[in-house]
Amino acid sequence: MTYIPTSPKERDMMLATIGVKSLDDLFDAIPAKHRFPKLDLPKALTEMEAMQELSDIAQANENVRGDLISFLGAGMYNHYIPSVIDHMLRRGEFYTAYTPYQPEISQGTLQAIFEYQSLMSALTGMDVSNASHYDGATATAEAVNLAYAQFRGKRRKVLMSPSLHPQYREVVRTYTQGMELESAGDDESGIGLSPEAFANQVDENTCLVIVQYPDFFGRIYDYTKLIDAVHAKGALVCVVANPTALAMFKTPGSMGADIVVGDGQPLGIPMWYGGPSVGFFTTRKNFVHKMAGRLVGETVDNRGQRAYVLTLTAREQHIKRERATSNICTNQGLLALATAIYLSVLGKHGLGQVAKLCYQKAHYAARELNKVKGYKVSSETFFHEFVLECPAPAAEVNAHLLEHGILGGYDLGQDYPTLANHLLIAVTEMNSKEDIDTLVEVLSEVDHD
Amino acid sequence: MIDAPEKISAKIVEPTIFDLSSPGRIGVTMPASDVPETALPPKELLRSELPLPELAEVDVVRHYMHLSTFNYSVDSGYYPLGSCTMKYNPKINEDTCRLPGFLFTHPLQPIETVQGNLALMYRLQEWLKEIAGFAAVTLQPAAGAHGEFTGVLIMRAYHKSRGDTKRTKMLIPDAAHGTNPASVGMMGMTVVTIPSDERGNVDLKALEAACDDTVVGMMLTNPNTLGLFDEHIEKVIELVHGCGGLMYGDGANLNALLGIIRPGDLGFDVMHFNLHKTFSVPHGGGGPGVGPVGVATHLADFLPAPLVGIIEEAEADLPPLYGYVKPAKSIGRMKAFNGHFGGGFVRSFTYIAMHGPDGLKDIAQYAVLNANYLQARLRSTYHIPFDRICMHEFVAEGQFAGSGVRALDIAKRLMDYNFHPPTNYFPLIVHEALMIEPTETENKDTLDAFADALIKIAEEAKTQPELLHNAPSTTRFGRMDEVKAARELVLCCWLPENYDMNA
Repeated sequence: MTYIPTSPKERDMMLATIGVKSLDDLFDAIPAKHRFPKLDLPKALTEMEAMQELSDIAQANENVRGDLISFLGAGMYNHYIPSVIDHMLRRGEFYTAYTPYQPEISQGTLQAIFEYQSLMSALTGMDVSNASHYDGATATAEAVNLAYAQFRGKRRKVLMSPSLHPQYREVVRTYTQGMELESAGDDESGIGLSPEAFANQVDENTCLVIVQYPDFFGRIYDYTKLIDAVHAKGALVCVVANPTALAMFKTPGSMGADIVVGDGQPLGIPMWYGGPSVGFFTTRKNFVHKMAGRLVGETVDNRGQRAYVLTLTAREQHIKRERATSNICTNQGLLALATAIYLSVLGKHGLGQVAKLCYQKAHYAARELNKVKGYKVSSETFFHEFVLECPAPAAEVNAHLLEHGILGGYDLGQDYPTLANHLLIAVTEMNSKEDIDTLVEVLSEVDHD
Repeated sequence: MIDAPEKISAKIVEPTIFDLSSPGRIGVTMPASDVPETALPPKELLRSELPLPELAEVDVVRHYMHLSTFNYSVDSGYYPLGSCTMKYNPKINEDTCRLPGFLFTHPLQPIETVQGNLALMYRLQEWLKEIAGFAAVTLQPAAGAHGEFTGVLIMRAYHKSRGDTKRTKMLIPDAAHGTNPASVGMMGMTVVTIPSDERGNVDLKALEAACDDTVVGMMLTNPNTLGLFDEHIEKVIELVHGCGGLMYGDGANLNALLGIIRPGDLGFDVMHFNLHKTFSVPHGGGGPGVGPVGVATHLADFLPAPLVGIIEEAEADLPPLYGYVKPAKSIGRMKAFNGHFGGGFVRSFTYIAMHGPDGLKDIAQYAVLNANYLQARLRSTYHIPFDRICMHEFVAEGQFAGSGVRALDIAKRLMDYNFHPPTNYFPLIVHEALMIEPTETENKDTLDAFADALIKIAEEAKTQPELLHNAPSTTRFGRMDEVKAARELVLCCWLPENYDMNA
């Protein structure tokens, strides 16, 4: 009866109004053979017991704010989250509201999403943003849906860069298995090539080319020439971007990208062991009718007040049903709100500072690691993540680091067999010089173990 | 670039975050760099301008506080939104999901360092299996629609693995959620719509006629979107299985079934859960959802990877070692990383742990009690087209003979009585539908006040219909010009021409 506010007396009055004798009488339509199963679940805990149990479970983990120094990124990053964000997210008016289908009593959510859309457009340099997707990987898969619909299914090839996040490539393949699409380009022999070399694979059957910025290895490329070459073949380009990097580097919008997507986790969302985060999706104005997901637009109410509504809903599943290009129903409302608050409170100045700190610290780390015998940094122009070639298999190096309380980089051999000795090291504003010096010191011991 | 939005002379209730910006204001100052400086990359790789707002923290707090007061929410009042299960979200969930061990763990950490997370996921998988009667569960899908898509991929993969390639038709009742046909459309399958009979059940004759060897399966919400448990459910499943099809359960309405019946026991082969409906993950103004999928034994090998499993069994005084396992014929990966762990799994785990088997049954019983009580109180005022004992929700018609009042007007008028309206215009098979789901977390006083308001509104519809046509009148905002929004398509409030994006 934990959260049920009905007293036994009220229950009996209600049963009498309905005209049945007991609660069980309400379930006559349920096949008797299987009715009222005895569930084999642990006995109910009180709130005090549940809090203790969950605390114990949480403490069985080693976290990166006290237990471990972390240099792990690969798509999810340890950034500082100002206190103000969670204080706002904990407003029940935000987190216990539903999708804003009734705009008269949902203007808080609607205006916040409208501002989120505006902030993401500003950050990516694109015309329009939707209200968000589940994460960066599923937003990437939705870019394929857009491109496929744009060419009415007549172009059936999707080129994915080998330096697109391996899990994102896997999600795109999973999503598209019913569409008879050909996915190509992510042969790992291409990881050392410049993006322009990749353009040779674009043909008349290609609907979309997907590249990452910075790429999975942390490298920064100006994709302008690649995008021009792809456009010359009539295909579209989707850039999967790290939003923190966009505070510093040229926008994919200014390079001519048609779609810019990514994961908003670095913008004020805790890593939370992988989710939930938010997938942002931005595009050109001319693709807005093909874009999946919810959209909030500005309007006025019947009292002449500026207000916001969900718009272009005729694109969506509840109207179009099987003819919708996507079945997406929810967005990541609360996380989009977190992102909007983060971008608002850091603003132009703060987000620029975060990006520069990441850049400075990552480059300091790379420089120092490159000096250690047996190690070599193989990335050239990068943002806050780089590839470190090690004198031993990356898994062994990481095991050694963990013994010293350091969460090492991502073991690239898991996805790229030729890179078994390579770690992907991420450095953010959360890593102090002392952390980095400790990493360098512990790594220099690996040889002597 | 986007066209500059035309000047709107509308009255501004709350300026946007861009309107509030004032150059030079600082919200958060980051520490100075503590490492020797590195030169920046060449200028041509950098952006020249970062067009974000400039605000102090207090500006940001007041702005979002103002916005929050424009929202209706479960914490502020009754929210009987059919099909959405807007139950009260216990506050302890907000604290457990923010424990540092959950907030600050990275999804790619070595399994030895995240045994707490993995144990929680493993136990949640086991609990969901037990609650709904399935052999295996994936927690990966991010929402109900995502779970559906996962389920349809699994059904397709199952038939394909048996060389049964001519199956392309999915049977979907006319009362189904729009996500069902959309999930099928994403797969290039065709939808065959099955009508409902006069008692709101699946029409067995139509179903029998549609069942042949081209059927992938059937997607059924049960209780359905009328709030009714199908009286021939066993026959429906027998027919679908009989032609070699698989039975998909849309778990949107699982709140009515906890401890009452397990879909797996009835013969459902695959089902998605909505942890954000049934197990109290707050709706967050439109997400995140959480949509795990349960399957029967013959589909377990097709689940998305990875699942959480026991890598080394427990020994004398050692707990088991949890880790990731990949099903043999996995359809692949539905999203990056491990699903909606923090905001989803931890909250639902807390909720189930605090209910236990008896508490879960109470949830379903009181949800059904509340719905039937409201139905009984409204029966003589509103026409209920499929009128029998309902489950957790019911559907009434929001129209009266000889009156121009529509369901939309009733919905808007309810706001003047400080209630959130029910779902309207769904399901599509009821004219002017008002779909009412009270949930178990409302008391009799609230239900009575809501019924009284609806009865009063029915009276107003006859005597003062303008009150309904003009509603809401007591709220901060009135009805919206939706045509203007779609025609002008202002989706963004900063003006790119003020910034040189190409520099």
